[in-house]
Amino acid sequence: MTRTGFVVANLFRKKTRTILTLLSIVMAFLLFGLLQSVQHLFNAGADFVGATRVMTQARVSFTQPLPIGMVPKLEGVPGVARVAYSQWFGGVWQENTPVFVFAVDPQRYHDVYPEYVMPEEQWQKFAHTRTGMIAGRQVAQQFGWKVGQKIPISSNIFPQKNGSKAWAFDLVGIFDGKDADWQKRTNTSLINFDYFDEANQFIRGRANFFILKLADGTAAEPVCKAVDALFENSPDETKTQTEKDFNLGFVKQVGDIGLIVKWILFAVFFTLLLVVGNTMAQSVRERVPELAVLKTLGFSDGSVLGFVLAEAVAMCLIGGVIGLVLSTIAGGAIEKGTGGQFPIHLTGWVWALGIAAVLVMSVLVGVLPALRARRLKIVDALAGR
Amino acid sequence: MLSQAVALTSINVKSIPERWASSLVIVVGLAGVVAVFTALLAMAVGFESTLKATGRRDVAMVMRGASDTELNSALDRDSIELIKQAPGIRKGDDGKPLASAEMTVVAELIRKNDVKNGANITVRGVDATAFALRPNLKIVSGRNFIPGLRELIVGSGVLRQFQGAEVGRIVRMRGSDWTVVGAFQSEDAHDSELWTDINVARVTFGRTGASSVLAALDGSDGLDELKAALAADPRLTVDAIREEDYFSGQTKQFRRTIGVLAGVVTAIMALGAIFAALNSMYAAVATRSKEIATLRAIGFGGLPVVVSVMMESLLLAVAGGLVGATIAYVLFNDFSVSTVGQNFTQVVFSFKVTPQLVAQGLTIAVAIGMVGGLLPAIRAARLPVTTGLREL
Repeated sequence: MTRTGFVVANLFRKKTRTILTLLSIVMAFLLFGLLQSVQHLFNAGADFVGATRVMTQARVSFTQPLPIGMVPKLEGVPGVARVAYSQWFGGVWQENTPVFVFAVDPQRYHDVYPEYVMPEEQWQKFAHTRTGMIAGRQVAQQFGWKVGQKIPISSNIFPQKNGSKAWAFDLVGIFDGKDADWQKRTNTSLINFDYFDEANQFIRGRANFFILKLADGTAAEPVCKAVDALFENSPDETKTQTEKDFNLGFVKQVGDIGLIVKWILFAVFFTLLLVVGNTMAQSVRERVPELAVLKTLGFSDGSVLGFVLAEAVAMCLIGGVIGLVLSTIAGGAIEKGTGGQFPIHLTGWVWALGIAAVLVMSVLVGVLPALRARRLKIVDALAGR
Repeated sequence: MLSQAVALTSINVKSIPERWASSLVIVVGLAGVVAVFTALLAMAVGFESTLKATGRRDVAMVMRGASDTELNSALDRDSIELIKQAPGIRKGDDGKPLASAEMTVVAELIRKNDVKNGANITVRGVDATAFALRPNLKIVSGRNFIPGLRELIVGSGVLRQFQGAEVGRIVRMRGSDWTVVGAFQSEDAHDSELWTDINVARVTFGRTGASSVLAALDGSDGLDELKAALAADPRLTVDAIREEDYFSGQTKQFRRTIGVLAGVVTAIMALGAIFAALNSMYAAVATRSKEIATLRAIGFGGLPVVVSVMMESLLLAVAGGLVGATIAYVLFNDFSVSTVGQNFTQVVFSFKVTPQLVAQGLTIAVAIGMVGGLLPAIRAARLPVTTGLREL
């Protein structure tokens, strides 16, 4: 019998116990995978945007729109290649489903966001259709929109000049992301700023955000400072930050998700540590005479310790991997079920964290029983003392 | 039979210290489940009670039609006057309608444990009537703002969670400096706001009019009267809603999100705890198989054995549940946090570990204890006496 075989055989010595322990570990890692993905979604989800853009908003709050007359000034800031702007529409689909609709200047938006891909003729059509709208692939799929349809959307903020809050737009294109990360960010729809600006009753010539595309090789920090300095002490003071910080700030409005997740995971792993540790201790306790026999046969103290540790590692690893696989599947199902609104996909990073947790755990639960096995005195053990 | 069960149970319970390690697994496992469950739902309850405390039954909120939230609503000066004069609104001591036009705008403050990402805070521009409509709002330090000056008073929730708005500090909004002159406490959602004079706010933010009108209702049918009058006026497109309904409507989304999170997390943890409990109870039964067989041999029935094992599992589970609920209470009760509310601004609230939540947590613990004890109990009772006695 090989050493590996010996470890596996010992593991299934008491089938019920091993299976139940494995299942506990599976549950813990299922939760670990899901919660870490949620946290990842909230904390590092903005990594892929890169550092090619900065966002300018009103310093007091992005809910306070800024005049688009600022555009030429922004374009004059050294390092800024192109400026786009975007105004929140407050869209509502059918009865009560909120949709993310922004009014933008089509050409500028296209220039600033090359990550969004759509046939050039559809971009042109969007630019030349006053009532035109383009939708991200995810939204279009979610609501079953097709190019050419008239899409009725109401706004919970902006009435038209005639007082009606019901708007309708012509869907002229559906855009997608250039890669997997950007494809997950196609949950917005865009409408023509000029039309919105003219037809709404409330605001004229103002936008919530300016998106500044930086010239190649420009550092973001000096540009942010230069922009904010430009408008200091005016009624329209600005706050400019990198796109990543901006996205992060948005997400942080929800609250300290990280803290809550940490507390739950702490509870889960503390519990698990005890459960598995206890099982390991028990299984060593029961096998004291056997271990003594092994030592009598000439196995060194070190290899007896190795057997026990290997058992712990094997148990945690099997359970951990099954748990992570399950949470990958569950995460995928959640992502699909919510139409991509809640992308809980287990990234390589979460897997790496999971495997690290497996290793740390197996050492923690294995080390005491293993040391006990190593320290066994053959005479005492065989005598059952 | 009953006496047999009682006798066996007491033997089992008295021998728990002998097997403390595996018994501890059940206690700790259940403590974990109940603590997480209670803490998560305590968050939902806290959020809900803060918003519910804000809304009164005898006060109506009037906003522009189909606005849903104050942030989306805007009323011009003419509409405000029309609304204030509408029937159904109670008159104050001075004979004027007890109605307050309020303008909300949003400012950014930075969380205490953060350095750069700002969170949205509601700034509410009000006049004197606003205070009459919120009798529970008290200035707790400093003084009230003076109308016409760029002064702010800060809610106690804002003080707890955010930096830069302490009494005496200057807050910069729209290129001007505002002095924080006092702090107030109202034990509801207004604690998450900054208040100032509505006219100063209008000038600074380049707005006229207001976001909403809050009106005290006259009698029990005041709302219907007000609604009818507003609907009948062709110059107005506004909705009136009971303040209570406005705020309780805002809790649904949050409650659902937390409910789903708590459900999923608790379910997975509970499964894990059941497996752990099964493990421990199987082990407990296995180490005592000789003892159980002896008892059976001297005449104890199968059922008392089942009952005694179940009772042990249940007792450990309840102990675990109590430990968990205590942990949740000690760590999280009145733990102050904030999240984004319907207005896209922060609502500061505290976790509330209520007796109902503890009871629910204990129910879960009992259920897990039952499941975890049942199979091992049956195995113990079924064990043939001869096999048991022959064991080591």
